[in-house]
Amino acid sequence: MNAGMMIALFLASAIRMSIPLLLGTVGESLTERSGHLNLGVEGLMMMGAATGYVVAYRTDSIILAILAGMAGAGLGSLIYAFLTISMKTRQDVTGLALTIFGTGFANTMGKALAGTTTSEKIRAFTKGQPFKPDLTAVSEVPVLGPALEYISAALLQHNLFVYLSFAIAVFAYWYLFHTRPGLHVRSTGENPAAADASGIRVTSLRYLHVIVGGMFCGLGGFYISVVNVGTWLDDIIAGRGWIVVALVIFIRWHPLKAIAGTLLFGALEIVGFRMQQIPALGSLPIFSQYAIDLYPYLMTIIVLVITYARKKAWQGPASLGQPYFREDR
Amino acid sequence: MMKLRKLVTLMLCLSMLVSAVAMAGCDDKEEDGKLKVGIIYISPKTDGGWSEAHAKGFAQAVENIGADKVQLAEIESIDDNDAQATETALRQLAEQGCELVFATSYNYMNTVVKLADEYKDIKFEHCSGYMSSENLANYFGQIEQARYLSGIVAGRMTESDKIGFVAAQKIPEVMRAVNSFTLGVRSVNPEAEVMVSWTNTWYDPQKEKEAAIALIDSGCDVVGQHQDSTATQEAAQEKGVYGIGYDNPMYSEAIKDAYLTAPIWLWGAYYEERIQAVLDGNWESGAYWGGMAEGVVALDEMTDLVPQEVQDEVNGLVDTMKEQGNAYVFAGPINDNTGELRVAEGESLDKDSQMSMDWYVEGITVAAE
Repeated sequence: MNAGMMIALFLASAIRMSIPLLLGTVGESLTERSGHLNLGVEGLMMMGAATGYVVAYRTDSIILAILAGMAGAGLGSLIYAFLTISMKTRQDVTGLALTIFGTGFANTMGKALAGTTTSEKIRAFTKGQPFKPDLTAVSEVPVLGPALEYISAALLQHNLFVYLSFAIAVFAYWYLFHTRPGLHVRSTGENPAAADASGIRVTSLRYLHVIVGGMFCGLGGFYISVVNVGTWLDDIIAGRGWIVVALVIFIRWHPLKAIAGTLLFGALEIVGFRMQQIPALGSLPIFSQYAIDLYPYLMTIIVLVITYARKKAWQGPASLGQPYFREDR
Repeated sequence: MMKLRKLVTLMLCLSMLVSAVAMAGCDDKEEDGKLKVGIIYISPKTDGGWSEAHAKGFAQAVENIGADKVQLAEIESIDDNDAQATETALRQLAEQGCELVFATSYNYMNTVVKLADEYKDIKFEHCSGYMSSENLANYFGQIEQARYLSGIVAGRMTESDKIGFVAAQKIPEVMRAVNSFTLGVRSVNPEAEVMVSWTNTWYDPQKEKEAAIALIDSGCDVVGQHQDSTATQEAAQEKGVYGIGYDNPMYSEAIKDAYLTAPIWLWGAYYEERIQAVLDGNWESGAYWGGMAEGVVALDEMTDLVPQEVQDEVNGLVDTMKEQGNAYVFAGPINDNTGELRVAEGESLDKDSQMSMDWYVEGITVAAE
């Protein structure tokens, strides 16, 4: 296999790994932009993965499964929203509790179906490659033929959900930065009291974004259990929710940057497996899987340090993690 | 708002009370005359892999001995790195009146040793470890024999002479898996090379699948696994190559064009024997290490994808394997993958060296670790 194809396949693999992270990161960015730090991403992804899988298995309907995945995680984030917005509990502690709750909930729900696989019908849909071009006509053309093949292998042979996820990220960016409701979300995250004074309904806006953000996280879980793996297994998210929490800081709460950030983190997850083509590098300790697993967090710390060192840099939504008491001026 | 908060607090308290009562109700009532056997598993009994193989074994033992004589008390999904949870679960089994307790994962070992010392009148059995005492036995099987046979299948089926292997964590058990598989491959196809990818996880289907795909992309046309999920087989199916499973018969519609066979665990006979021994009052501690001859391990029935002559060749070796066991698998001469002679001609790797194996046999390239 030549180098071009190797790079193309590497990129394709990184994209597959990045999708659950991307959905989670976009969702958590929406939540945090409205001023709520939800550390329960892992739990929400588990809930989405479990409810999505159970419904996919029982009903054989991909649409119902998507809705169920979103509803499952939506339910989890509703609990979180009620506790942190209405009850004004500590957001970090509540989020941690949500992780434990969500993981337990999901493993309990999925238990009866552990080791089963989705039906042929669901598989046909999740493995479909709707944008795969037919390149037989140009395959003989020098330069152009191989170039198109690389592009196709890297970008065009994915399932529908991959493109859908990118669309969601772009949409979230447009919504946050180019619409009035998006402006409301950001101002609520910065200063809920001022937002409140200018007539924004802080409580309902926060409820909405915590829940919708949670639903996207659930969709990320759904992607792992139903689309990518096609089976239910205990703890199927395997810690990716925590990577999302780090990623949101890494991408500076920005849905477009999330695409690049998650691609980088996704690539880091699999770079070890692909080192085999370059044996000289593969044996270096810095490329051992143990070291590679550390890099996402290391990079997040570096980004944090850099932004804190630059005094004028934006440090994230100013009210992040603070409950809003209307009476408390 | 205050009222609402009080209401929520009250409801939370109530629900905790209810669940506490419900938990208390879970304590099985002592049923007279029945031997109570406790088991802890690392994952759900239906995981399609490691735990399911054990659970099937216990179910078979109960069926053969009679449900009127034995009763199982099973606790699933106890993380074996969580010593606290392990201890709680084992203690619960002990206090429920189990006379025989099985711990079915390696890292339970230290906790089991501790509790075996405390509960002298309870018999403990620990799978895949090496500790024993008067009331603690350990047991494991020589899966390497079935691995070797599955290696022959892989060696015969490959056309590119590149075979992938998705491995879990680098411990002697998995090293033996990789090595015995490769020895099998090279016994029929000395040209073939086995590329190993370590995920350094016990359980991460998404990662396992990507590891398998990376191997396939670099030219492997058969992939084997020491992983408990079917992710490797799914990757093989998607990419149109062959797969060799592990733990349990893994065949399903979803992997019908890939799955060839798998080395599998059949714990039923051993569990029946040990439970019967307690019933008869002649249970003794020891270190059990059965192989194909004892029927603890086997090769899953090969699917129709495997040509008849290969099936015959593999089946023809089963008797030899039963006779000679791991001595056949690890018979010299064996070089390691740096070319150093590890086992001389006419000799065979002894049990201790197998138990602490930390080198690769010739023919293995490490793709990722």
